[in-house]
Amino acid sequence: MNTLVIAEVADGKVRKSTHSAISFARQAGGAFSVLVIGPGSKHAAAEITAFGATKVLVAEDASLVHVLAERFAPTVAAVAKDFDVVVTTASSFGKDLAPRVAAKLSAGYASDVASVKLDGDKLAYKRPMFAGNAYGWCSITTAKQVVTVRQSEFTAAEPSGGASPIESVTPAPLDAAAARVEFVSLEAAKSERPDLGEARVIVSGGRALKEKFAEVLDPLATLLGAAVGASRAACDAGFAPPELQVGQTGRVVAPQLYVAIGISGAIQHLAGMKSSKTIVAINKDPDAPIFQVADYGLVADLFVAVPALVEELKKG
Amino acid sequence: MKILVPLKRVADPDNANKIKITPQKVDTTGLQFKPNPFDEYAVETALRLTENAASNKVRAGEVTVVTFGPKEAETTLRAALATGADKAIRVDSTDDALDGDLVARALAAIVQRDAPDLVLLGKQEVEGDANQVAQLLAEYLGWPQATFAGSIKSEGDKALLVGREIDGGTMNVRVTLPAIVSVDLRIVAPKSVQSMHTKEGHAYSDGVRFAALAAIMAAKKKPLTELKLADLVSDTSLKIQYTTFEAPAGRKAGVKVKTVEELVGKLKTEAKVL
Ligand SMILES: Cc1cc2nc3c(=O)[nH]c(=O)nc-3n(C[C@H](O)[C@H](O)[C@H](O)COP(=O)(O)OP(=O)(O)OC[C@H]3O[C@@H](n4cnc5c(N)ncnc54)[C@H](O)[C@@H]3O)c2cc1C
Ligand SMILES: Nc1ncnc2c1ncn2[C@@H]1O[C@H](COP(=O)(O)O)[C@@H](O)[C@H]1O
Repeated sequence: MNTLVIAEVADGKVRKSTHSAISFARQAGGAFSVLVIGPGSKHAAAEITAFGATKVLVAEDASLVHVLAERFAPTVAAVAKDFDVVVTTASSFGKDLAPRVAAKLSAGYASDVASVKLDGDKLAYKRPMFAGNAYGWCSITTAKQVVTVRQSEFTAAEPSGGASPIESVTPAPLDAAAARVEFVSLEAAKSERPDLGEARVIVSGGRALKEKFAEVLDPLATLLGAAVGASRAACDAGFAPPELQVGQTGRVVAPQLYVAIGISGAIQHLAGMKSSKTIVAINKDPDAPIFQVADYGLVADLFVAVPALVEELKKG
Repeated sequence: MKILVPLKRVADPDNANKIKITPQKVDTTGLQFKPNPFDEYAVETALRLTENAASNKVRAGEVTVVTFGPKEAETTLRAALATGADKAIRVDSTDDALDGDLVARALAAIVQRDAPDLVLLGKQEVEGDANQVAQLLAEYLGWPQATFAGSIKSEGDKALLVGREIDGGTMNVRVTLPAIVSVDLRIVAPKSVQSMHTKEGHAYSDGVRFAALAAIMAAKKKPLTELKLADLVSDTSLKIQYTTFEAPAGRKAGVKVKTVEELVGKLKTEAKVL
């Protein structure tokens, strides 16, 4: 087995999500290499040479300055020719790119894989379905296989030492699709807070917070060094930006501590956070479904309880 | 603009915790079928793109809905026709005989035959939660893909400006038609879709439209064609095979605390997360 890990690069750094894909490669067994692709890759590649990869391949080129699946897929597919399994993390980057690569390779694709094992001489993949209310074990019938992995289910790989050689790869020629997509702009709020996928603590707010979303949650998040998450209702209403949405169709997270504030606990929300180690819920409705998964529930008005919690934590 | 919208019915997503799991299968008996929410949003988006919202009686273009499923799935197609879609196609099949790759290859054949300018799909079908058909289809056709669209603005009938919801924020891209777009939740917000036919700044009511009774009756007369999978693809083999299913580890409700002091105490000494 030879696995190709597609690294995700942002701001000239390999994103931590990549370490989960490496973790998958180690569990799948055999050798693996890492392809670092896109802007900042040359710089970022050095960060990933101590994980035991056979090679660290780098594709940085003027044709790859914007992270667009139509542009990345030809190069990823060309590099993948020498590998059996292609893996990347099921972030928005991976979900956008991986199927496109699979189609190029006529390979089967398993998305959002939560676990991998060897079943005879084949890999078997476990993936969540029905908003995390079921898991299915599946296998891919084609020789070449493409998968994305759920970051929260694959503990980030640690460096294992050594120094993988870095090799640059020539980008594949672009195809017709690439000429018909144009990057216009990126609207990204700069935040000092940790990424939702990497945070040890997440403070998450629901519709109940209304316009006071940031005013109420920020002091608590700052004190806890937490990332901020949100329910769909809070995002839809514009109280929080869409990229904060946690759930079946948002980010899937599993921090050490998840604090759900004014969130009812709909199935779709639970799907994104119920693997968290410890869950705290603050809600004024004692029957809110969130309490069915919370380790600690506080029935209270959040506008009173959250400031009080901040004060209590400040006492140290 | 000619738009194709693939649409699937799913077991009531708000009761997904009531499914029964055996090693052989996931049993959804007892749950009502609903349209996959993202696909309903895609239909709504298609309708918004092909009408003047001030007088949405005439369709400026054509919206075709297509499903891969058994006869009973025609109910879902009729419901979409009732909200304003013009035509429907059912490709006879069952979930067991399909995977995302086969759906994408069959859709590619329909696209080659009917030549739509745009295929609008849901970003994910909430039973399988795969999030793949749009991207696979785009590659099979050699078309651009704007996935996870939270907003769309049509620029004439030539291009779309799409706001893609990605992990770090919103990425705006312009795709030249014909193209593939998969829609995200926020696409049905009042001002998310701006079409060339509707006055700028128009605000729709939030969410998807409902069908009037007269429209439900009229929808019965709209064309619904049935196709066989084999009419579209010669190779109907699957690339993904499920072997067993299992239930997730349950999570038990914990304790209720009375005060924030008690909460902080427990988090420190019991859970040890502070
Ligand atoms: C296709 C689809 C995908 C979806 N994906 C997601 C997803 O990924 N993530 C997600 O979160 N949702 C998702 N949803 C939406 C989900 O079904 C719920 O509608 C949503 O999670 C509700 O958000 P909420 O809990 O903030 O709001 P509500 O359900 O309105 O709950 C608000 C809660 O706040 C409490 N409250 C009100 N005032 C106070 C107060 N002063 N103090 C304390 N508590 C108070 C109430 O008791 C209530 O429990 C999806 C839905 C669909 C159809
Ligand atoms: N059986 C089907 N019939 C019609 N459309 C489908 C079917 N399966 C998937 N789709 C479309 O593909 C989208 C993405 O599905 P998936 O990739 O399976 O999560 C859905 O939202 C639908 O638009």
